[in-house]
Amino acid sequence: MAAALSTDRLVMRYGALLVTDDVSLDVRPGELHAIIGPNGAGKTTLINQLSGELAPRSGTVRFDGQDVTRLRVDQRARAGLLRSYQITSIFEEFTVLENATLSALAAAGHPWRFWQPLLASKAAVGAAQEALALAGLAELGHVPAGELAYGQRRQLELAMTLAARPSLLLLDEPMAGMSPQESRAVTQLLSQLKRRYTIVLVEHDMDAVFSLADRISVLVYGKLMFTGTPDEIREHPEVRAVYLGEEAVHGDAQRHS
Amino acid sequence: MFPTSLRVSAALPLALLAALAVVPFVADMAGQPFWLSFFARILIYAIAASALNLALGFGGLVSFGHALFLGLGSYAVALPAAHGFAQGWLHLLVVLGGCGLVALLVGAVSLRTTGMAFIMITLAFAQMGYFLFVSLKAYGGDDGLAVSQTSRFFSVDLGAVRPLYVVAWLVLALVTWWMTHLRASAFGMALRGTRQNARRVQAMGMQPQQIKLVAYVLSGVMCGVAGMLLANMNAYVSPSTLAWTVSGDLIVMVVLGGMGSVYGPLLGALVFLGLEEVLKGYTEHWMVVMGPLIVLMALLGRGGLVGLMQRLDERMATALKTRMAGSSANLDTRAPVSATLPAQDKPGEAAWQPR
Repeated sequence: MAAALSTDRLVMRYGALLVTDDVSLDVRPGELHAIIGPNGAGKTTLINQLSGELAPRSGTVRFDGQDVTRLRVDQRARAGLLRSYQITSIFEEFTVLENATLSALAAAGHPWRFWQPLLASKAAVGAAQEALALAGLAELGHVPAGELAYGQRRQLELAMTLAARPSLLLLDEPMAGMSPQESRAVTQLLSQLKRRYTIVLVEHDMDAVFSLADRISVLVYGKLMFTGTPDEIREHPEVRAVYLGEEAVHGDAQRHS
Repeated sequence: MFPTSLRVSAALPLALLAALAVVPFVADMAGQPFWLSFFARILIYAIAASALNLALGFGGLVSFGHALFLGLGSYAVALPAAHGFAQGWLHLLVVLGGCGLVALLVGAVSLRTTGMAFIMITLAFAQMGYFLFVSLKAYGGDDGLAVSQTSRFFSVDLGAVRPLYVVAWLVLALVTWWMTHLRASAFGMALRGTRQNARRVQAMGMQPQQIKLVAYVLSGVMCGVAGMLLANMNAYVSPSTLAWTVSGDLIVMVVLGGMGSVYGPLLGALVFLGLEEVLKGYTEHWMVVMGPLIVLMALLGRGGLVGLMQRLDERMATALKTRMAGSSANLDTRAPVSATLPAQDKPGEAAWQPR
């Protein structure tokens, strides 16, 4: 089966520091592919290269069979490769619905409308409302995004990505800083999104990763150490030693719950 | 339906705009023709400030060089006129084409920078324009140039102050009307989004640089139209229109009125030029009074005059809400539902809030 998203020998350096070390990754259509690794393993840097915010020193990124290595972020986004941010990046002055609608409109076409209100574009508003409902924000459409609580901001962050009707989602720590309840809600949301979208998930919450992921890739010091199913990861001695350290997977999971 | 729908922040500027429409009649009756040219100047600067607000308020592009477009718009009338062309349409064409082209070039270069560098580079371009016209000795250089042929549209001659006033008012009304729509349009939202978080705008699939450039060009062209009216009103142009102080005045007007609001530039121009005129009547050192007043305004109100009015509106809405909740609680157990209704106006109000 052709990969939805793949990298071939991707290399990225900051000065002498090798942050992405010859990474060749395959993400299959429809799978939820988690990327884990200790802090500083280069997960966000890898996501930034997949989304187009960083250009790799060498290697290629292919999306839907096309070489997108040289495409800009917005070009990849319009092709259906959408990302969410680890640091919430919403438009605080706009309402929740406006945030999501702008995202839907951006993916669907161009912003060159100088008279008709944004909220008059029915298709975009429809997509936005659908995404807000999915993310559990249906009731909050009229609230200014700046007034949202932290967990709700993270939900909006997700909803904005969904409103664009992506074919592939790059989620950079969607549960960062969430309370256990909020994390469980997002885990549930992601399990609903699974199969509908191909998802690349970077996440520290091991409970979420092991319950959601079809396959997991372990990144250590920029190197792709191993890719496998959650069970294979649990049993992999090297992964246990390097990434999970002294703690067993279960111990780690308990600490997070 | 609800008395809260009467918002000072929207009603007062509209009332002012309506009042400006009757200035010609009042000036006639009072026998004060000076009033007409004084208020015409306010209208023209309000157009220029609205133009700057599109870039500065909506887009966060702190252009310290918009006098360039005011001056170019002026010379776009004076230069063809010096060669015997009096057709208003031709002047307008030169304004639109000239300012559009210059804004495109200046914008394409300046927008590669942000923050302080952008402020400095736009200032530098405006200074280049200033010295260019100073050095054009054939067209008066430093002394400026009389507009020998004012713009004629059909039988309307903008050289006469009355038609000029009417046209300036119409242009301002149109621009303001457009801005109310533009602000909430797809482009307006994308532009305001770019100011808040350009990275996200691009991640969503749009090109922030392109959006900013289009805003800058629109802003420059609109400012050029103001310059065209200014040249006709004064029947004279000079490089002083391109002076950096003029760019500064425009910024002060926008900030004073309320950056990013639709009516802010109109209020700002009115208060700034009005104060200047009043204070000049008392002392030639009017800036000594004006300066602290502007500082005070900047300290008092984030969001300028419009922001001040919005806070007043919010206070009134809250007072009304609590009063209604209090009085109807005795009559109707469903009161809280209706009491929350005014709060639903909030997103609109919040969207007005400039940062």
